[in-house]
Amino acid sequence: MMEKYNRRVKAADVTTPQSSQYGFLTGLSPQSTLPNFKQNEFSVVRQHEEFIWLHDSFVENEEYAGYIIPPAPPRPDFDASREKLQKLGEGEGSMTKEEFTKMKQELEAEYLAIFKKTVAMHEVFLCRVAAHPVLRKDLNFHVFLEYNQDLSVRGKNKKEKLEDFFKNVVKSADGVLVAGVKDVDDFFEHEKTFLLEYHNRVKDASAKSDRMIRSHKNAADDINRIASSLYTLGTQDSTDLCKFFLKVSELFEKTRKIEARVAADEDLKLADLLKYYLRESQAAKDLLYRRSRALVDYENANKALDKARAKNRDVLQAETSQQLCCHKFEKISESAKQELIDFKTRRVAAFRKNLVELAELELKHAKGNLQLLQSCLGVLKGNT
Amino acid sequence: MAASSDRNPPPFPAAEDPEPGLVDPADGDSDEGEDIFVSKTNPVSVSRGVSQPDRGAEDPPDLFSEEEEASSTTAKSNGVHSDDDSDLFAEAHMELNTDKPGSSAKKELSASSGPRSTSTSTQSPAAMQPTSLEQLEEEEAKDSFDVDVAITNPEKVGDGMNAYVAYKVSTRTSLTMFRSKTFSVRRRFSDFLGLYEKLSVKQSLHGCIIPLPPEKSVVGMTKVKVGMDDPSSVEFVERRRAALERYLQRVVCHPSLLQDADVREFLERDDLPRALNTQALSGAGFLKMINKASDAVNKMTIKMNESDTWFEDKFQEVEAEEQQLRKLHAVVDSLVNHRKDLCGNTAVFAKSMAMLGNSEDNTALSRALSQLAEVEDKMEQLHQEQAASDFFIFAELLSDYIRLLGAVRGCFDQRMRAWQRWQEAQSTLQKKREAEAKLLWANKPEKLQQAKEDITESSNRSGSTASITVICLWESRVTQYERDFDRIGMTVRKEVLRFEKEKAKDFKSQIMKYLEAMLQSQQRLIKFWEAFLPEAKAIA
Repeated sequence: MMEKYNRRVKAADVTTPQSSQYGFLTGLSPQSTLPNFKQNEFSVVRQHEEFIWLHDSFVENEEYAGYIIPPAPPRPDFDASREKLQKLGEGEGSMTKEEFTKMKQELEAEYLAIFKKTVAMHEVFLCRVAAHPVLRKDLNFHVFLEYNQDLSVRGKNKKEKLEDFFKNVVKSADGVLVAGVKDVDDFFEHEKTFLLEYHNRVKDASAKSDRMIRSHKNAADDINRIASSLYTLGTQDSTDLCKFFLKVSELFEKTRKIEARVAADEDLKLADLLKYYLRESQAAKDLLYRRSRALVDYENANKALDKARAKNRDVLQAETSQQLCCHKFEKISESAKQELIDFKTRRVAAFRKNLVELAELELKHAKGNLQLLQSCLGVLKGNT
Repeated sequence: MAASSDRNPPPFPAAEDPEPGLVDPADGDSDEGEDIFVSKTNPVSVSRGVSQPDRGAEDPPDLFSEEEEASSTTAKSNGVHSDDDSDLFAEAHMELNTDKPGSSAKKELSASSGPRSTSTSTQSPAAMQPTSLEQLEEEEAKDSFDVDVAITNPEKVGDGMNAYVAYKVSTRTSLTMFRSKTFSVRRRFSDFLGLYEKLSVKQSLHGCIIPLPPEKSVVGMTKVKVGMDDPSSVEFVERRRAALERYLQRVVCHPSLLQDADVREFLERDDLPRALNTQALSGAGFLKMINKASDAVNKMTIKMNESDTWFEDKFQEVEAEEQQLRKLHAVVDSLVNHRKDLCGNTAVFAKSMAMLGNSEDNTALSRALSQLAEVEDKMEQLHQEQAASDFFIFAELLSDYIRLLGAVRGCFDQRMRAWQRWQEAQSTLQKKREAEAKLLWANKPEKLQQAKEDITESSNRSGSTASITVICLWESRVTQYERDFDRIGMTVRKEVLRFEKEKAKDFKSQIMKYLEAMLQSQQRLIKFWEAFLPEAKAIA
């Protein structure tokens, strides 16, 4: 069944930063033959918690143990923006009106950019699910997309969060034990070592890229303030020098916009890419963990069966149990292999796309900057 | 650097001293119809600077075009130039070094300060023009003075806490008041401070704006003394060297300061007696601080009757500007720091990327990631240079002028003090006259007769000391102080105008240089990414 989801995400009207609602317009192309969907196009409003709920339902579903579960979208983080807005409000007295409005606009633009980014990340999650041949058929997924009432999914309360925490602790301890089991299969053994190293390095690169981009943004902000300061100097008088200052201030203003754009693009194409693959590689690791777990279970079941046969007690039970484990393990192994290969292909493609786009954008901005500088210098030299 | 690469001494008021022996009337001084320069005293042969590098065709050296420009950047490219006399101090017929802006800009940020390769063309006589205040304000002096100084080769001398850094001060000139055309001496930082002290004592009474030397820094110097060769010490020394050079250039640019014997001694004399009053924690240092404090208090209590609103307006302008510059400087400082952060973070990120590339098992992607790491490495380099440019060109310019504006204010203070002196003398005179009048009323004819005789005889001031009475003394003092006050007023006015012109020029040239550096940066950035793009596309 070839279905193509055309998904357009339209941001809901978000009035306060706290709300994390997303409106989704889901469209199905005419080729859809899925009987479950009643209409071709429909839209619902979903909250961030509901996405998490969907993701968790995938993770907990044993049937999907053999797949890489698309990583959940990160929690929308408007804290930084909110803080800045607050600081701006406090500092309102100390700057001129123009400065204040300018900075306010800046912050609003930044906020909007963050918002767009989080929306995009939620969309990516859904698209990944929709693209997966098995996951797309999940019932929860359909409910998520269709049910136009509130899903009444509440965020986890304290008790549940605590349970989650312990579950994670157990899981990581277990993961260590299980990882020690050497795999007979070369492919998986190689994948295990590869993913472990890769994941760590991506984590490192992601953190460092964030820091680098933040410095870049700071520098761009400074240039903004320099532009304002030069403007004030330039308006003190109408001498030659003042005109000069005004011209330079104008240049810095424009240059600064470009620099800010560069930082934003680096963020989008590089930092986000790394963050995403950090999460995907974790999901892949989780898959390997589940497989190893299944392997261990299988081996244990074998041992139990042998023991039962030796004692000639509960043999049937042991047999069925062993069958189940074997079946589970093999199923996981089979799909896991394909998943991991797909993961690699996806990863290479994503990196290629983003790196190419990054380079192109850097070039575009640098050329823009260059042109600005050249024309400004031309004017300034002509005047002196 | 080369903050005063253009040095145009202002026209001098020949007002009080009609100097003799002025050079022949100007010929060939038609700089595209620009007005010429006025020289004050000695036959300063004025030579013009060199034309700008981007005006392609250089006219034959006889024709002088004005403003030498960032041609000086070429010289900066390597400190080597300082040793290469022929290049450096080439005289007459010197074509402008039109170095490729690329190389020059790249290296312009590296430490060196090779003396400018500006030429001193054959001396061109300048015309002397009578000047009045209006003319002063209208005239555009374009000529540059024929003295070039450069400071190079900082070397640490001695060891331990007694160590110091000696700089080589090279001068090139064609003024006859110097012993030779090119010479150099070694000086240490305290020598510069000593020069400033001497100048301020002497010249400030006249209302001159004395350029300020860079500030002392106990922390910075201690590090250097202790012998650490880390980048921050190197930066500190370089910063100081550049600042000293700018300071000295400003001094020699100033026409009346250049005439000062102390300045000449500083430039020429091989062995300069150590300036001892310049140590931060010395007794003299404390005394200075106390004096400054008392001056400040004084200032607050004086309210001058300003007859000329020009001064008041100017003073407020200066204050406002100083404030603005301080703000701007703070922001530029912040930019420098953020750029340094960016630099460090980029380096770290590059390494991280390289590691990631290593662990990536798709070969093409792996290679692309390594390439990306290399690009980021180059970006780090770029950021570092940009940060240096931010600092050495922009931030230092601002901090120089913040302090210079302080000196300008000091100038105004001098004038105020002169006024104060005048007023005090007047009031003293008044008191004396009242005392005399009292005598009159007290009917002491003998004394009165005596006083009258004294007054009449005192009309001849130049000779018989016996006839000078107290009143006459004070009368003459009052006249003198009034004249002083007027003279200072005029000097201050002139100085401020000159200062403003210099400032405009300085700012323009420095900021343009800064922008040029940014331009270079962007060009290189483009190259880096252009090299990377095919690698990225090659990922399969």
